[in-house]
Amino acid sequence: MSLHPMIAALRKHKAGVVLIALQIALTLAIVCNAIFIIYARIQNVQRPTGLDENNLFLITQQWVGAPSGDDPASIQKLDAMLKEDINALRAMPDVESVTPINSVPLFQSSWNGAMSLKPGAELRAGNARTTYYFGDESLMKTLGLHLIAGRNFTAADVTNKGFRDPTEANLVIVTKALADKLYPHGDAVGKVVYLDGASTPSTIIGEVERLQVPSVSSWASSFVWNSTIEPVRLNANFSRYAVRTKPGRLDAVMRQIPSTLYGVNPMRVLDDDSVKSFKDIRAEAYRADIGMAALMGVICLILLAVTAAGIVGLTSFWVGQRHRQIGVRRALGARKIDILHYFQLENLMIAGGGALVGIALAVGLNRLLMSKFEMDSMPVYYVLVGLAVVVVLGQIAVFVPARRASNVPPVVATRSA
Amino acid sequence: MLGYYFDLALRSFKRNKVLTALMVITLALGIGASMTTLTLLRLLSGDPLPQKSAQLFYVQLDPYPKDHPFSRSGKLPWLTSYTDAMNLLHAHRAEHQAAMAMTKVKLAPTTTQQHPFFSTGVMATADFFNMFDAPFHYGSGWSAADDQGRAKVVVIADDLNDQLFGGANSVGRSLRINDQDFRIIGVLRHWAPQPRFYSLYLGGPSYGKGEAVFLPLQSARAAGMDPINLMSYAVGDKQELENSASIWLGLWVQLPHAQAVSAYRSFLAGYAQQQVALGRFQRSRYGLSGLMQWLDSQQVVPDNVRLQTGLAFSFLLICMVNTVGLLLAKCLRRSGEIGVRRAMGASRKAIFAQFMAEAGLIGLVGGALGLVFALFGLWCIRQQPAEYASVAHLNETMFLCIFAVAMVASLVAGIFPAWRACIVAPAPQLKST
Repeated sequence: MSLHPMIAALRKHKAGVVLIALQIALTLAIVCNAIFIIYARIQNVQRPTGLDENNLFLITQQWVGAPSGDDPASIQKLDAMLKEDINALRAMPDVESVTPINSVPLFQSSWNGAMSLKPGAELRAGNARTTYYFGDESLMKTLGLHLIAGRNFTAADVTNKGFRDPTEANLVIVTKALADKLYPHGDAVGKVVYLDGASTPSTIIGEVERLQVPSVSSWASSFVWNSTIEPVRLNANFSRYAVRTKPGRLDAVMRQIPSTLYGVNPMRVLDDDSVKSFKDIRAEAYRADIGMAALMGVICLILLAVTAAGIVGLTSFWVGQRHRQIGVRRALGARKIDILHYFQLENLMIAGGGALVGIALAVGLNRLLMSKFEMDSMPVYYVLVGLAVVVVLGQIAVFVPARRASNVPPVVATRSA
Repeated sequence: MLGYYFDLALRSFKRNKVLTALMVITLALGIGASMTTLTLLRLLSGDPLPQKSAQLFYVQLDPYPKDHPFSRSGKLPWLTSYTDAMNLLHAHRAEHQAAMAMTKVKLAPTTTQQHPFFSTGVMATADFFNMFDAPFHYGSGWSAADDQGRAKVVVIADDLNDQLFGGANSVGRSLRINDQDFRIIGVLRHWAPQPRFYSLYLGGPSYGKGEAVFLPLQSARAAGMDPINLMSYAVGDKQELENSASIWLGLWVQLPHAQAVSAYRSFLAGYAQQQVALGRFQRSRYGLSGLMQWLDSQQVVPDNVRLQTGLAFSFLLICMVNTVGLLLAKCLRRSGEIGVRRAMGASRKAIFAQFMAEAGLIGLVGGALGLVFALFGLWCIRQQPAEYASVAHLNETMFLCIFAVAMVASLVAGIFPAWRACIVAPAPQLKST
């Protein structure tokens, strides 16, 4: 089929053609960027924390009337209370493993600092930013971390200290990401590091494959896999415990927690948020991301529907307007399929033209978003997929009016309009 | 004449029910989406203290070492160290001045069988209530002497008063905070500025319900309460926050007029230089930002909300382009009718007016439906767990704004089709029919 008569016909409808093309261009630009944002969010949400997230929950509680001082006597009293809790939790029937801990990945509380190869380095000048987890020898087992080099802590390695005490542990386990950053040759185990500008060294005794930092905010994105585990029970007037249960017993154990802990010591605060499954912690951390992705998805769908409706509307109008001409073509020997193809090809040209403008708009919009928000550059294939989507959408939308056009009988040609 | 145009428009709608419905729904979706997000954006970026915000200023200094700056991009530290905050407060160079921090508190009801619970508290110096116009229902705030004397007094929010004392005058009664007794000296009326400008970087929520308790800074510190947020600019002991190299306080001053502002600016410049001379600071930078300027520069509105607003307005734009196309199709289909009207003596102006009236009618109906969509959208936002969810309500301004935007959008969309309609030449139309 020659394109020439088609272009000549389109010239008669400049306004309509420009409007459809413009709508397609804008749709392409927005849908591409929206899908890119959705994908980035989903990717963020789906990255594994390094934990075995099933059958795991976290308890946060605060004692009433516990010592609040930093003197050794207060600290030892607090440590005794903490050990009492841990022992009671470990004695529960369906509990597999328990550790005191300051936070877990995706939880809104974190303890961040820097690790350096030199002693006394300034806090901010450390060689690598890191987040600290404090727990005992059961931490690895409770969280389900994978040790890939060195050894785990033993009970003898574990010490305790006051919450505000700045002394650092002698032994640490770090993530592979952090170990490779400090010792790029992969021989970090056995080497020394200095934590938070300390003057005394700490020895790396093990490496874990993966352990995410607690914060999912953008400020933590530069060190999201740099975690350090210290064999320390932190003593304060509040405490946290991570608990791993036997498979399938999570809910049952969680329900028994308040009575068990109140049984140990009734002078404490446990509220609705005190006992939280890891599943809930994950859901809360990413709720905004998932909400945003869902909203973007819905708007994209409505947008595509609106654009399709616009194409149906205008093409229907054109078909109605050219009723007689179609009849003439049919009378002169054009087959139904020729008429169908004519409108399909016409739409392809308009959509193609619009999509070309749309590609430029999509890239421009991406640049604009990059300058205003923390966002990456959009890979080319998003634009290509977007292009395919709008062209296919155009073809689907044009099919109904085009088929109506192809059903115009040749006899129309003989009638006077 | 307008009545006649509306009559014609209604007839035309009846003839093309599907196309008309499509236009109205498209426009309404665009209006609904854009107005929902705009309402939220306006609420979130609104003025928290409209009567006072022009006089309130946030103070920043830079105690960080030159080679380990607070931020690589040159931002000033968000908070102030205790030493600097106290030096500036005691200089009394502003009409009012207050330093504050947020803390997590454990509240234990003394009378009822309720369980203890956690909440957020503000620890502040005496000028806090006067400076921020916090209204008292009963009693009053504390004095600078109470603060210095570490008096165990507390001002509580109306919510907490309702919860613990059934809304009665609780001044003089005692409240157990973190296992210590504090005497209630004041109960606030409902007070929760949105966004909560003073809590920025102090660790409290930016929106939603206000804090439960307000304590004198020294008293709270003496009772062992720690700030939620703390950043250190040098290695050292953090057990004594007052003497440590840490920033943890927000410092606000009230400066009633431009003269006072420039005077305070030069005072701050002098202070920073003096600290450099003393060797405490390495840089004499300082910041004095008006309340709204401070909120703007810190982008307190969540990125997601700004992104959604942009998306919704692009959506409205596409809906408008769509409406232009559909209106154009309708207009051109009625060329015959236009030809007859022109031949009967209607001027081009009259044809233009007729089609604009039709577009306006679509805008009105689209706006009404858009209002329903916007109310639904805001309802959806209120169901979300975000801290700003509770403030998502439509006010009168936004109500009118919906119709204004709908009318403007539909009239702008109608201009081109109406223009095309009014330049239809009557003669060929009459000939062919």
